[in-house]
Amino acid sequence: MIVTFDNLTKRFGDVVAVDTVNMQVQDGEFVALLGPSGCGKTTTLLMAAGIYSPSGGEIRFGDKIMNNVPPKDRNIGMVFQSYALYPHMTVYENIVFPMKLKKVPKSTMDERARQVADKMGIGDLLDRKPGQLSGGQQQRVALGRALVKQPDVLLFDEPLSNLDARLRYTMRAEIKRLQFELGITSIYVTHDQVEAMTMADRIAVMQDSQLQAFDTPAELYDRPRTLFIGGFVGNPPMNFMDVEVTGQSGNFQARRPNFNIPVAAQRGRKASDRGEVVLGIRPEDVSICAPDEAGCVAGEVYVVEPMGRDDLVGFLVADTHLYALTNAGSGLKIGDQVALRFNPDKAQFFDPKTARSLLWE
Amino acid sequence: MDENMGVGKRGQEVLPMIVLTLVTIPIVVGYIWIFVSTFAQRTYGLMPVDSNGDPGGLTLANWSFLWEDPIIWRLTLNTFVLATLLTLGVLLVSSLAGYALSRISFPGRKIFLGTTLILHAFPSVTLLIAIYFVLRWITGVPVLGRGIPFLGGFGYNTLGGVILVSVALELPLGIWLMKGFFDNISWDIERAALIDGCTRFRVWWQIVMPLIRPGIAALAIFTFISGWNAFLIPYTFLTKEELSTLAPYLRGLLSDTAPVSYSTVAAVGLFQLIPVIVFFIFTQEYLLNIFGGGSKGGV
Repeated sequence: MIVTFDNLTKRFGDVVAVDTVNMQVQDGEFVALLGPSGCGKTTTLLMAAGIYSPSGGEIRFGDKIMNNVPPKDRNIGMVFQSYALYPHMTVYENIVFPMKLKKVPKSTMDERARQVADKMGIGDLLDRKPGQLSGGQQQRVALGRALVKQPDVLLFDEPLSNLDARLRYTMRAEIKRLQFELGITSIYVTHDQVEAMTMADRIAVMQDSQLQAFDTPAELYDRPRTLFIGGFVGNPPMNFMDVEVTGQSGNFQARRPNFNIPVAAQRGRKASDRGEVVLGIRPEDVSICAPDEAGCVAGEVYVVEPMGRDDLVGFLVADTHLYALTNAGSGLKIGDQVALRFNPDKAQFFDPKTARSLLWE
Repeated sequence: MDENMGVGKRGQEVLPMIVLTLVTIPIVVGYIWIFVSTFAQRTYGLMPVDSNGDPGGLTLANWSFLWEDPIIWRLTLNTFVLATLLTLGVLLVSSLAGYALSRISFPGRKIFLGTTLILHAFPSVTLLIAIYFVLRWITGVPVLGRGIPFLGGFGYNTLGGVILVSVALELPLGIWLMKGFFDNISWDIERAALIDGCTRFRVWWQIVMPLIRPGIAALAIFTFISGWNAFLIPYTFLTKEELSTLAPYLRGLLSDTAPVSYSTVAAVGLFQLIPVIVFFIFTQEYLLNIFGGGSKGGV
C-alpha cells in the first residue's frame, strides 16, 4: 500500500503542529519519522491513523483519499509506546478483539490468533491478563494484536521507548525482520535516531512541525542537508565550531584563532569567502596524530568516556568542546596535551544564518 | 497495606491511638446508646432500666412499629425504589456526560464544567419553591405528569417527581467524579480501540467503562446511600403518607405536640440504618477508591 502525504497540515487553534508535509511511502517500505519531542511526528502518525483529521492537505492510501475515513475503516494496525492493551481482557481476548469487531468466523479467528501468538512467542501467555506480563511481553501482545488484522499499513508510535535497553535491542531486530518478512508498509515514529538509522529504509526528519528531509539513513548521515540533521542523526553527535574558510587553487583551510586545518578542495570551495561558517565534523573523523604533524591542531583532553569497544574522548580545542572516537585503551588522561587531525574529506559546512548545508544544496 | 510503611516504633503509635480513641468515644457511645435504647423501656446512661429505674426492662415494644404500623413496609419499598432509580439515573447520565466532558472538546465545555460546580454549591433548600413550580408544571403533562404506575409520574406529589429532582441535584457531583475517572484513562487505549474497529460509543461501553468500574461502584454506593437517607426533597414534595419514604416518617415521630418516645425513634433510625451499614461493610474498598481515583489496571 502506497501512503502519500500531500501538503498535510494540522492546526490546533493557532498552533501549527504539522506544516505542509509532503512525502510518499512506497509499498512495503519501512519509514521512520524522526525528530525531537513536539516536532509533530506523532501528530502526523495519528492523522495517518485517522485519530486526528487533517486541517489541510491530503492523506492517500493508494489512490484513495483517506482524510475523512474513520480509523476502523482504514485497515491499519498500530502499536503504542504505552502498549495500550485492554487491561480487563486476557491476552487472547486482546488479540482476537479486532477480528471480533470485523465479525471474522470463530474458527478462522482462533487459528489466526494462535498463529500470531506463536510467531510473537507469546503462545503460552494467552490466558493471562496484561497486568501479569513484563513490558517486553506486553509489547509483543500489542504487536500481535496489530498484525492479526492483516493490516495494509502498520503504524508504530515509539513502541520501544518504554523497554529497557537490552530488550530494545532485540525487539528492534525482531520488528525489522518481521516487517521484512510480511512486507507491510510501515511508518515508525521515534525520537531515537539509532532506532531510525538501524530499522528504516528511509527516514523522514521532522523539526518544528516541518519535514526537514526524507532520505535513506546513509544519505542523511553522509550528506546532512541542514545543521539540525547533522546534529540529530548520528551517535555520538556531530561536533560544530565556527570557522572561516579561505584559500585558492585547490588549497583550502578552515581557520579560527589557534585553529587551522586543511579541507578537501571540493568542499572548501563551496564554503570559502563567505565569512564565518559552521564546520561540522563527526567524532569518528577526528583522530589523534603525532605532535607537530602537518595539518593537526593542539588540544587538551577534557574528559575520557570508555565505551568498551572504543573511547569517547572530549577535547578542548581552540576554546571549543569537541568529541573524538578513539581506540579503546588509548591511555589518554584528563589534562593531556595532544594533537588532533580532522579528516579533510569529511568536513561539513553550514550557513550559520539559514542553518542549511553549503555542500549539498 | 505495606508492612514497611510503619517506620516508627510501636511505642510512637500509642499516643495517636489514645487521642483518636478519645475523640471517637462520644460517637461510638452514641451508637451503642441507640442500640441499647431500642430494646429498653428506658435507659440510664447506657444501662437499660425499667419504669421504676431498676436495671432490666428489656422489651421489644419499641420495634412494634414493624408489625403494628404496616405502612413502614410500604415506606421502605418507596425508599428502596427511590434510592435505586436515583442511582441508575445518576450513573447513566453522569457516565455519559463525564465521558463527553473528559474526552470531547466542544464549544461551552469549560463554562459547562464551571456552572455545574456552582450549581452544586447551591443548598437545595433555596431551590424548593422553584422546584415546586417546575413539578406543578410537569404534573400537567399528559401521562408523564401523573399517569405512570407505582411512581405516579414525574410531577408534584409523586415518587417519580422526587426521583427526578433528586437525580438533578446529585448530578453535578456525579458528573465531576466520573469526569475525573475518565481523565485517568490513557488516550492510547481509546485510540487502539478505534483503530481495532470500535465506534466511539463502543469504545465507551466496552473499553472505557470496564476500566473505571471501581469509580462507577463508588459513585453508585454514595448515590444509593444519599437516596436512602434523603429527607428534604421527599418531605417537601410528597404529601401523602403512603407515598413518602423513611426519613420523613422518622421526622414524623418527633412531633411538636405529643410526647416523643425516643426509644421508638431510635428503633426506626436503626431500622433505616441497617441497609446502609450492610452496604458499607461490603463496599468499603470501592468507597476508598473514589478518593484515589481512576483504574488500577495492568497498565
